[in-house]
Amino acid sequence: MASDTGGQRIYIGMGTCGLATGAEGVLTAVHEGFDKLKIEVPIIKTGCIGMCSQEVLLDVDTPGRGRVTYRKVEPKMVEEILQNHVVGGHPISEMAFGQIIGEGDSAYDGIPSYQDLPVYKKQKRIVLRRCGFIDPDLIEDYIETDGYQGLEKAIKTMSPEQVRETVKASGLRGRGGGGFPAGLKWEFCANAHGDQKYLVCNADEGDPGAFMDRSVLEGDPHAVLEGMIIAGYAIGASYGYIYCRAEYPLAIKRLLTAIALAEEKGYLGDNILGSGFSFGLRVKEGAGAFVCGEETALMASIEGRRGMPRSRPPFPAVKGLWGKPSNINNVETYACVPPIILKGAESYAAVGTEGTKGTKVFALTGKIINTGLIEVVAGTTLREIIHEIGGGIEEGRAFKAAQLGGPSGGCLPAKLAETAIDYDSLIQAGAMMGSGGVVVMDETDCMVDVARYFLKFTAAESCGKCVPCRLGTKVMLGILERITEGKGTEEDIANLKDLGENIKSTSLCGLGQTAPNPVLSTLRYFEEEYHAHIKDGKCPAKVCTALITYKITDNCTGCTVCAKKCPVEAISGERKELHTIDQERCTKCNMCYEVCRFDAVAKE
Amino acid sequence: MSEAAAAKKPDEPIDLKPVYEILDRLAGQKGMLIPILQQVQDAYGYVPEEAANAVADGTGSYRSQVYGVLTFYTQFHLSPRGRHIIRACAGTACHVKGGAQVIHRMENELGVKHGGTTADLIFSFEEVACIGACGLAPVIMIDHDAFGNLDPNTAETVLKKFRKKALAEIEAEGSEGEKNDGGEDASGE
Repeated sequence: MASDTGGQRIYIGMGTCGLATGAEGVLTAVHEGFDKLKIEVPIIKTGCIGMCSQEVLLDVDTPGRGRVTYRKVEPKMVEEILQNHVVGGHPISEMAFGQIIGEGDSAYDGIPSYQDLPVYKKQKRIVLRRCGFIDPDLIEDYIETDGYQGLEKAIKTMSPEQVRETVKASGLRGRGGGGFPAGLKWEFCANAHGDQKYLVCNADEGDPGAFMDRSVLEGDPHAVLEGMIIAGYAIGASYGYIYCRAEYPLAIKRLLTAIALAEEKGYLGDNILGSGFSFGLRVKEGAGAFVCGEETALMASIEGRRGMPRSRPPFPAVKGLWGKPSNINNVETYACVPPIILKGAESYAAVGTEGTKGTKVFALTGKIINTGLIEVVAGTTLREIIHEIGGGIEEGRAFKAAQLGGPSGGCLPAKLAETAIDYDSLIQAGAMMGSGGVVVMDETDCMVDVARYFLKFTAAESCGKCVPCRLGTKVMLGILERITEGKGTEEDIANLKDLGENIKSTSLCGLGQTAPNPVLSTLRYFEEEYHAHIKDGKCPAKVCTALITYKITDNCTGCTVCAKKCPVEAISGERKELHTIDQERCTKCNMCYEVCRFDAVAKE
Repeated sequence: MSEAAAAKKPDEPIDLKPVYEILDRLAGQKGMLIPILQQVQDAYGYVPEEAANAVADGTGSYRSQVYGVLTFYTQFHLSPRGRHIIRACAGTACHVKGGAQVIHRMENELGVKHGGTTADLIFSFEEVACIGACGLAPVIMIDHDAFGNLDPNTAETVLKKFRKKALAEIEAEGSEGEKNDGGEDASGE
């Protein structure tokens, strides 16, 4: 294939983030460049490597040399990269992000090694080790990187009980957020009586601000399949479902491809690897309901019903899908299993903290410089994640808080930046691990508005089955809306706390039991911001529109753009003269602020 | 009860052949109600009332059961939608990066709010909780393409460009002599 380029390979990140930033155009430009330069190099389309802020990413890998990653690649840069690097052997260091130096590779000068980059130095990649490095649509790529060896070891050399014991000894806890020991869960299901048992993978990643599972499914789908097949063997389940969000079309496509290839190779289906163990898998597409991330609702949805949770016990391990014993884990939990089996429980348990073993994948987003996907050893502090891996806050602003665990979680203020990120420390701090979303906020974010945002989400997503959640979230939302509109009263704060505690203790499922967390945790750490809204009628972060006024400052050049764009004709002024806003008419739609190119519109 | 009936021209019977084909393929297996309805929606662009009733009869479910499922999940729509679906992300990361302003501007440009369809049936607009491209917040999706790192101004540009393309496509279809009755063919591309 690669006739005159000596075994080189080009990698292009084609995950959702890559595609959204124009990876398709870059791919086209590469093909055009090939035609022009009369070369032909194999192109590997990879999943997400986790550096969303640097997309589109294009790597050039030359045998015996470092694999160089080019960042923020646009079609117009491609020809130069091909000409200089692929043909000429000279990477363009100004465009490069870093290089990966494999064993026996000689490094290029002037390009930092990944190991020396702050964004990578603190990471340890177990779950994400293949994401961005292999072609997810090629089972050969997976097998070449130890793929399906854990499965082979399990079914050829271990009894189901030994597999369960290994997972128990590894200390792996459910990565969906609950943190229940995975091996123990497997044991409950294995010991339950039933002729038929089911395995379910929860890929209904509904938390806004989280995309860990999507990236694993898009970047390394076989890892999830392998983990599930091993779990099926350990539990005695012959059939499994992957329940995936319909909003993840690319993940679903890659899963279906992976399942077909695994069946072809005999890793999935009847009599796997000649062992006599059979296991079938099917993908079920969700239909848009956040509550289906709750295990009993998810099973109802697989059965084709409304996704309503039911009370537990009986737990799914005893009575689950179609009334049969079922085991449910999330994507990341299953992806942790193959390396645990292959390398042993001790190697996994060697990293992490007392109560949280191994690594955790986080989606790092918000007002942070290096947005993307990271994987760190449990116990890494929030400060390390934000300031070292994340590169700090955009535009040099001050870090205020990080929201962890989405609608079920809470926020950690800057003063708790030394908190170790593990299940127990986070619960103590009033947040929770959740599935892994970390939304970073700075001084321009209003904590009351963030609390209102989450309640709006949970109130809308409440399934309506139990009163505390259905009505409670609505009432809390109403109070928060009043506060952000400047109509709050002093009693509101006591009422929010009271309602929050009651909703937590009386709701039917995890959605309601955790829905008040964002409010309670902002009240715990930022109560003064609530008071500022209620007592002073001010939004310190200048977010809540009802509490700010728009003014035009002396920076105004009189360009008239804001006056033309104002939907209510509230802005007047002569050309080249200072404009003014009629406060009576102004609807605070933010348009003038958005369109002004001279930074002349101020919020007060 | 049915918005579908209200939205449909009364003299237009729905061709149920696609529904029967889907039922023939899937109705025999257990737990297939949701996949069947998803495929029906793919075929029509929405789930017409007659199709929902046919699914109930074909799967041996009560009509109330089918209606219950259709109204529980946000993915299902009971009235015709635009040729192109715009999904604006209202996830946490987009929210803190100014997604609300982007959504506001889109609503103004389109003249419809969340869940609405433009009068010319070109666009349907909805807010979704999270597209999962948080690293590029704020994000919108038009059909299957995501556009990231937006602000209200760039979002407007994306929309205008797309609308121009969509109108050109419709015009081209019209000039090919195909009967164009305002996009009622609801092609679920």
